[in-house]
Amino acid sequence: MTTIARDLSVKAVEAAAHEGEVPTERQPFKWTRIPLHLVLIVGAALMFIPFVWMISSSFKPLDEIFKQPPTLFPVAPTLVNYQTAFGTGTFLQSFFNSFYIAAVVTVVSLLTCAMAAYAFARLSFPGNNLLFGLFLATMMVPMQLTIIPLYTIMGWFQLIDTHAAIILPAALFNAFGVFLLRQYVRGIPLELEEAAAIDGASRIKIFTTMILPLLRTPMVALGIFVFLGQWNSFFYPLIFLNTDTLFTLPLWVNQFKGQYSADWGGLMAATTLAAVPFLIVFIIAQRQIVEGIALSGSKT
Amino acid sequence: MATIVKEKVSGVEVPVEHKKALNRTHRQNALFGYGFMAPQLIGLILFMLGPLIMAVVYAFANYDGFSPMSFAGLDNFVWVFTDPQILTSMGNTLWFTVLQVPGLMISAFLAAYFLQKAGPMKGVYRVFFFAPVVTSSVAVAAIWLLLFNPELSPVNSALASIGITAPDWLQNPATVIPSIALVSIWQGLGYQMVMFMAGLENVPKSLLEAADIDGASEWQRMRKITIPLLSPTILFLSITGIIGSFQVFDYIYVFFDTTAPAAARTIVYEIVQVAFREFNFGRGAALALVLFLILLAVTGLQLLAQKRWVHYTE
Repeated sequence: MTTIARDLSVKAVEAAAHEGEVPTERQPFKWTRIPLHLVLIVGAALMFIPFVWMISSSFKPLDEIFKQPPTLFPVAPTLVNYQTAFGTGTFLQSFFNSFYIAAVVTVVSLLTCAMAAYAFARLSFPGNNLLFGLFLATMMVPMQLTIIPLYTIMGWFQLIDTHAAIILPAALFNAFGVFLLRQYVRGIPLELEEAAAIDGASRIKIFTTMILPLLRTPMVALGIFVFLGQWNSFFYPLIFLNTDTLFTLPLWVNQFKGQYSADWGGLMAATTLAAVPFLIVFIIAQRQIVEGIALSGSKT
Repeated sequence: MATIVKEKVSGVEVPVEHKKALNRTHRQNALFGYGFMAPQLIGLILFMLGPLIMAVVYAFANYDGFSPMSFAGLDNFVWVFTDPQILTSMGNTLWFTVLQVPGLMISAFLAAYFLQKAGPMKGVYRVFFFAPVVTSSVAVAAIWLLLFNPELSPVNSALASIGITAPDWLQNPATVIPSIALVSIWQGLGYQMVMFMAGLENVPKSLLEAADIDGASEWQRMRKITIPLLSPTILFLSITGIIGSFQVFDYIYVFFDTTAPAAARTIVYEIVQVAFREFNFGRGAALALVLFLILLAVTGLQLLAQKRWVHYTE
């Protein structure tokens, strides 16, 4: 399964990379294409209207939200919902927490995955294949199974209700990342390293000055995947965090929903605040993000 | 003449001096190997293998996370397979999978198939289809909570305007799982679509053109050429799709918090409730272990069955 995964993800990236580069020759306008575009426009609208509705509802006063038939754009736009959302006092803190956790996990995870990938691909040591097999086998284990004992382990280290409980497991263990980068290390010509070794470069120097730069493409892709996974993660933070100043954005939205259950405008403002910043990033860097996620394929 | 003492090292004669050097590099390699591995190795032991072993122990124990553990035999597993709510939740999870996996794959394939023909507009459409993928499931659930609310849903009023009485979505036990499947398809479509597009990109144009010249219809070309060539993609997406659908949780938790009705609860929802609200780690671990074994079995079966229908070109 994993080889298929890699095979497919590599194809996905190649396909995505080629698109746009290849100068699309001007196709003559064809009337027969109109039905196709109609179907696609309807599809795209179905995908996007929920977001439009979220944003427009966030500017509506409560009575307008309940109005039937509903209005697409607010008749009497108001910022009161955003006042409510900011009134929780923890939005900026949650935003920062999400960013901080995602950034630390991404940087540490990329580095440790690349290191392990290099060891597996290039350094022969007793147990190399066995360990690699173990890494692969764990990709099937659902997180719901390990999170229960993990709760006990975090308790031993007094880490429950701390960010470390989320950061450590994600940063120090990513079997898919190790696997993905290992495939790329194996693709680097051995002669390059041998030449550097003859010139007297140490292992560490070869790794930092030669391997890491050559792994740039898969590492960017994996980094996007890891960052996004953490940024949107709900399960781990839900289990490990109790204090609202430690909350991540998804937890903040969920808490808001629980506390202001009848305030739909407030909830949509909170959801907009949580979702729109990354949607803007996505629109700006859509090609890299789509490629990154396609490359990092399997949802581990 | 200096005699060079030779020894065999893995079948090749090398001077003893060199052999020492080789041994040194071997030792060095091993040292560096473990050194480079160390952070992820610690993670593997501390956050994966350790917890895995502990989870198996918990599954056979009475344990609340604090008091001393005691041996429970198969009690926790008996609970898993006899508790009426757990059986209902397993049924719900299966029903969700049956609806969501094919629904998602067919809609993603169709989207990819049409998008493939869209020429220079491809990238623009892709942004719209992919936006839900990068949005957190909590935000997605919050939006759909509004869209599913019978009192203020624009979906309901749109359906009403064309004379259709909208279902009660999340409020009706018969429609709650299909509604959650709908949200999940909406969010997951962009990802599978991109994977299908990559697959379609690799279908040789010459093959399709040849079939066209031979008079094959669009449908025949799809049935006989495109779909068989996409079978590795279909296999991969069905494996990861089923694994993902068996673990559905976030939407349900945001929709219902800790008070989900019996008809909306899934396996993972039960694991969270029993392990982290009732603090019955034994039962939670047993249920999670059963989930793991189900996933292993389903994936194994899919891999066994692939020989019959998956075509690899290379």
